[in-house]
Amino acid sequence: MKLSLLEKLEAARKQKRQVCLVRLLAQGGVEALVVDGAQADGPPLADDVLEAARAALREDRSRTVETSAGRAFLQVFNPPLRMIIVGAVHITQSLAPMAELAGYEVTVVDPRRAFATDARFPNTKVSQDWPDEALEALAPDRRTAVVALVHDPKLDDPALDVALRSEAFYIAALGSRKNAAARQERLQALGHDPATTARVRGPAGLPIGAVSPAEIAISVLAECTRVLRQGH
Amino acid sequence: MIADENLLELARDWKQSGRKVALATVVSTWGSSPRPAGSQLVVDETGAMMGSVSGGCIEGAVVREAMDVMQGAPPKLLDFGVTNEQAWEVGLACGGKVEVWVEAVE
Repeated sequence: MKLSLLEKLEAARKQKRQVCLVRLLAQGGVEALVVDGAQADGPPLADDVLEAARAALREDRSRTVETSAGRAFLQVFNPPLRMIIVGAVHITQSLAPMAELAGYEVTVVDPRRAFATDARFPNTKVSQDWPDEALEALAPDRRTAVVALVHDPKLDDPALDVALRSEAFYIAALGSRKNAAARQERLQALGHDPATTARVRGPAGLPIGAVSPAEIAISVLAECTRVLRQGH
Repeated sequence: MIADENLLELARDWKQSGRKVALATVVSTWGSSPRPAGSQLVVDETGAMMGSVSGGCIEGAVVREAMDVMQGAPPKLLDFGVTNEQAWEVGLACGGKVEVWVEAVE
């Protein structure tokens, strides 16, 4: 590997761009960089190689594939996953550290100062902005999960409204089935079509019979993991 | 412990400071293998290393090859697995198969 290519790769990663290092193993390891889906360095890649690199980035998985240029190793460097949790509530106190362990950069959003305190979230980034403003500033992308845990439409809905206009890979909200149905209607009243509002998973989490805040956090993180890894 | 994602940064820093550096990368795995594709090991000319390409069972062999490539040998694809006698010698006890690409940073 050329030092110059390594420097370019590191610069792109520092800017939190999505980088795929392509090594054409069948050609002595000829190297190229694909950044945010476009070729950024190295000899021009065949279309199928470029497409395979984009797929590897999408799926966030390094792998060797057969291409028109022979075997190629696609090494993926994606920016960190993010989780935005709306509501600095009891479940959040479990979910935030668990998500951090699982590799997410977590931001807790709650304008209610009594909830969003450093004492309750000593190691987590907390935003006290209104949820729609906070979400717009955080700009969820397709490596971001948005979880609304407040239970109060006044705070949850503005956040979900912004999330639905983003590519966030996982959007979920707490609440009973009845509340979830009412939420769908409210979000449709904000101008989203039913196919879009169906992206909000509610009640959030896998049905594992969770009772305690920590167990509910596990079920939410498990569902988020399944969507990330299996796409459903 | 250094996070995987920082190993390339380390390779760059070592190279920029004038050391000879080689990079080993897991490019494919079959069966039970301890480290996924993309896992890396950085080696310098003194044998100092960071990262890992297995649970520790093939690192010795990989470092020997890394020394070769940083002295000028072309990049090479190493193949360790249950069907490979060398793999038993180096002790890939988990019974999986792993391919490792070894290259110099130039």
